[in-house]
Amino acid sequence: MSQVTTSPAAGIAARPERRDIGLGRRYAAERRFRLYGMAAIGFGLLMLFLLLASVVSKGYTAFQQTMITIPVEFSERIIDKTDPQKLVTANYPVVARDALARVLGVEETDRAGLKAVNGMISDSVRVQLRKLVTADPSIVGTTRTVTFLAHGDLDSAFKGQIDLSVPEDKRKVSDRQLGWMNQLAESGALSRSFNTGLFVNGASSRPEAAGLGVALVGSLYMMLIVLALSLPIGVAASIYLEEFAPKNRFTDIIEVNINNLAAVPSIVYGLLGLAVFVNFAGFPRSAALVGGLVLTLMTLPTIIIATRAALKAVPPSIRAAALGLGASRMQTVFHHVLPLAMPGILTGTIIGLAHALGETAPLLLIGMVAFVADVPATPMDPATALPVQIYMWANEAERAFVERTSGAIIVLLVFLILMNVGAILLRRRFERRW
Amino acid sequence: MSISLLLLVIAAIGVAGYLFGSRRASALAGGRLSSLHSRPGYYGSFVAIWSVLPAVVVLLVWVVASPIYIGSTIRDGFPEAVKATSQAERNLGYNMIGAISRGLTVLTPDEREALFRDASVARGVLGARGVPLAADPAPYMLTAADDLNRMTKASRILLSIVAIAAALAGAVLSCRAVAPRFRARNRVEGVMLAGLVGASSIAILTTVGIVASMATEAVHFFNAVPAWEFFFGTVWDPRFAAAGASGSSGQFGLIPLLAGTLYIGFVAMLVAVPVGLFAAVYMSEYASRTVRSVAKPLLEVLAGIPTIVYGFFALVTVGPFLRDLSAELNGLVTGNYASFIQAQSVLTAGIVMGIMLIPYVSSLSDDIITAVPRALRDGSLGLGATRSETIKRVILPAALPGIVGALLMTASRAIGETMIVVLAAGVAARMQLDPFEPMTTVTVKIVNQLTGDLEFTSPQTLVAFALGITLFVITLCLNIYALYIVRKYREQYE
Amino acid sequence: MNIMSETAVEKALDRKMNDISFKMIGKDVSVYYGDKRALYDVNLDVRENTVTALIGPSGCGKSTFLRTLNRMNDTIDGCRVTGRITLDGEDIYDPAIDVVELRARVGMVFQKPNPFPKSIYENVAYGPRIHGLAKTKADMDAIVERSLQKAGLWNEVKDRLDEGGTGLSGGQQQRLCIARAVAVSPEVILMDEPCSALDPIATARVEELIHELSANFTIVIVTHSMQQAARVSQRTAMFHLGNLVEENDTDKMFTNPDDQRTQDYIMGRFG
Repeated sequence: MSQVTTSPAAGIAARPERRDIGLGRRYAAERRFRLYGMAAIGFGLLMLFLLLASVVSKGYTAFQQTMITIPVEFSERIIDKTDPQKLVTANYPVVARDALARVLGVEETDRAGLKAVNGMISDSVRVQLRKLVTADPSIVGTTRTVTFLAHGDLDSAFKGQIDLSVPEDKRKVSDRQLGWMNQLAESGALSRSFNTGLFVNGASSRPEAAGLGVALVGSLYMMLIVLALSLPIGVAASIYLEEFAPKNRFTDIIEVNINNLAAVPSIVYGLLGLAVFVNFAGFPRSAALVGGLVLTLMTLPTIIIATRAALKAVPPSIRAAALGLGASRMQTVFHHVLPLAMPGILTGTIIGLAHALGETAPLLLIGMVAFVADVPATPMDPATALPVQIYMWANEAERAFVERTSGAIIVLLVFLILMNVGAILLRRRFERRW
Repeated sequence: MSISLLLLVIAAIGVAGYLFGSRRASALAGGRLSSLHSRPGYYGSFVAIWSVLPAVVVLLVWVVASPIYIGSTIRDGFPEAVKATSQAERNLGYNMIGAISRGLTVLTPDEREALFRDASVARGVLGARGVPLAADPAPYMLTAADDLNRMTKASRILLSIVAIAAALAGAVLSCRAVAPRFRARNRVEGVMLAGLVGASSIAILTTVGIVASMATEAVHFFNAVPAWEFFFGTVWDPRFAAAGASGSSGQFGLIPLLAGTLYIGFVAMLVAVPVGLFAAVYMSEYASRTVRSVAKPLLEVLAGIPTIVYGFFALVTVGPFLRDLSAELNGLVTGNYASFIQAQSVLTAGIVMGIMLIPYVSSLSDDIITAVPRALRDGSLGLGATRSETIKRVILPAALPGIVGALLMTASRAIGETMIVVLAAGVAARMQLDPFEPMTTVTVKIVNQLTGDLEFTSPQTLVAFALGITLFVITLCLNIYALYIVRKYREQYE
Repeated sequence: MNIMSETAVEKALDRKMNDISFKMIGKDVSVYYGDKRALYDVNLDVRENTVTALIGPSGCGKSTFLRTLNRMNDTIDGCRVTGRITLDGEDIYDPAIDVVELRARVGMVFQKPNPFPKSIYENVAYGPRIHGLAKTKADMDAIVERSLQKAGLWNEVKDRLDEGGTGLSGGQQQRLCIARAVAVSPEVILMDEPCSALDPIATARVEELIHELSANFTIVIVTHSMQQAARVSQRTAMFHLGNLVEENDTDKMFTNPDDQRTQDYIMGRFG
């Protein structure tokens, strides 16, 4: 005290009217700093835009497919209907080629011409015509109007994706084929239609015939498994940790553990799945079941963290009220706390599921990178998943696969957007402020 | 009785137990429910739990244990000559017995007889029934397969009897326990609590599973390749190490992969940290509410995009763009239009990964920055500091520990990231410093080694687990340290 | 304590006799938070080198008014100020006025001590540093020493200037914050309940400090303790429900206020 009263009362005597506190310089720094911030956000948003624009611009055409509709003569010359074995092995591509050649007026002697005609038709025509014939052998010898897929290169050309300024011999589509294409388009034999094949077909080495059917079913199985396992387990674990667990070493370890599991690289879960589910437990490789289990383990920490936050947000007064009426702790939790926390839990679950839907790396390791042509009937059958299909297509070199890949990404993103919008709506609708 | 049917029966007993238990409790109460300790439903649940739980436990134990027991019995019955052969050969034989036993169940009695008369036709007969065999079975296998079928059948029947008996016994015993003062609710809640504890220990089990599975496989690997050659080897070239020829040195060298991982991660952080930090600062300190409400969720969209999409973006857009750009630049300067950036390069992977990490940095830092008390901000502004001075000199220094934690978490994500590098970084394991050249990472090699045919005995496959555990340990250390820092930081301002 | 404050009051009165000059003048000041109005046409003049206390029940707008004096309200979203506040005759809400410069002239000490998580030295040097008030290290040392001395903290901390400011006791922290404000050499110091987080002994130290500072600075202090207002201030303004009820010499206010509401409040009938 004494020290204050004796301290020199030296005031600041003559203060200049206006001090120079470097305002100009400081405001310049301020503006610069602000600009950096805006530039950073701008950069982030620009990248988001570029990413989406790049995918959409490359992929929106994948939802349309070029089809050729012409009368096809199922000539007995080529298809021997006397022997069912030969019915299967007949040279169907030639049937389609000849049909198209007839429409285009290409002579049968013009070998180069026929080859070019063949190059306009997708290889998948073999399977398609074979199916038609084996289903009804009586059509052999008749002429039917058939719609089949155009070759992937022709599809690209028709969508205007091939640079015509490139010299002809470096293009995949010759000038002659282009002429035919325009001729067919004018007559209406060649047209674009909605690409249902993209959603139902399985794997194919021909881009025009490759589809997401197997991947969609595989992803659906996995999401159902993840939902059925991770939601109850995650909620149960969170309820224990948040409402019952005593504060001791064990719960502390679980706590740290969950936080760390949420940050473990996803590929490590793939290794776990491979070693435990495939190698040790003997589940089939490539099966949606294993994928679902791996993704469940990966999603659990996310769901537990979200659920605990939701439970924590329920005010203690609710618990006190229920306990005060003589409810047991279990009853308090299940009758009062859990229902109130449900919107938050579901939001967290949807976001966790969305994350799992887009996850690729662990699925590669458990063998879901597989050429699966048939839609899996059960979760034990080999399947692929949406992101894995994208990965496999991305590794294909052909131009038409880039379109397919982008299309698949659009499908994946649409699913993710729907899930996230659902989560947001759920939160908006049920959000409660205490 | 098949397992699923058995489960159904047990479930039915459980439901019956529930109904019976709750009825009995109501009846005992005689209309005065308040004389019961618990609501009738709890008595029902108590009975149901005691009907189902022991039976299911019996079922599970049986399903796991019985094949082991039957297997060893069958093996004991092998002729002495077979017993003398190697372990692998006996396993092969046992597997064939399994296949035959499956086949026997689909044969007609006639075919069966033919089979036992002459073992050499077995392959053909079974093959026609859709059960392919790898070789002609020895006669002892047929009898063994028959034994196997018989024992399996017996085991099934025994299991059905035991499980149903357990269910019924549980139901009857627990029903007799029902009495008005019996604390059914507490018992039921005890079981529920055990279930909750079980669910939360799955988190521990997962970690144990990760560590144990990877450690076992990694140990197998280190038996074939010395650990120091793995950890300090500078050459990664697994193909030339033919199976068994493990002595050749340096072919599973971790160093080039680690170098690539860290280099790409470094480039990614170089992009993500300034952008993310400035974005976070602008969001939390400058942006108006409207800007914030639009820009923040949009930036977070970047975090919701699957990494495979980033990988594709890098592969078809960013990589070619950088390559063409470098060609143009080179052409402008030297007149030689050759690109000096490869489409797959450290730069491509790093930049795209950086973009992916922006929202992580920004939202983590945003949380950290907003946790700095308002009083500090006011104190600085009240002294006449500009906003940027306040941020640079007060808020960021105060938030520094938290931000460092956030950056460590981001770095661990960069190290563990897979899909972007798989598509954009390349597969060549090289040690070099040119960011325009491709390099490869630990994660890429894990994927490479484990796609395609797997042999859990070859070091080529097992090395993936050694890589995996290395990756796991690195990210775990980063995360634990980061969580520790962030927790300390938050406590400081609470 | 009382004796001391009375002598101080006399001294201040003497000074007032000689020259009454108004440092800050508030005219028809109203403040809105969004649609909510927090202040109603307040007219309050702040005399130079005088301690003016703002009192009133909580939520009456006294802190709001204080924060309008150096535009700290600007940092609150949706806050709007109408009316006119001048500092030496200049309208501080004039767009031409720079808020950074204004705050360098009108410093502020907050309710809770809020030292920066830096060393004691750096805490005090912060203001002079950002404003470029010290040319050399020696200048800065001098400013820091002088400011700490003015805040009566020098003897307590001179040997540990490098230690963290957050390690000090609550009262020391608040005096550090005052030193930090003084270091910028402001003309006015605003104090928002500076002692509410302190124990009685620390409070007494800060109150003494306010006395001493009033020789060189114009001080406006918000307090919810009427005893404190009586002890430290020469002028007192009473706020109620966003209105300025009465502004008067402190001793008149506490003995014979003009307004019935002031009387009631001081007698403890509401608040």
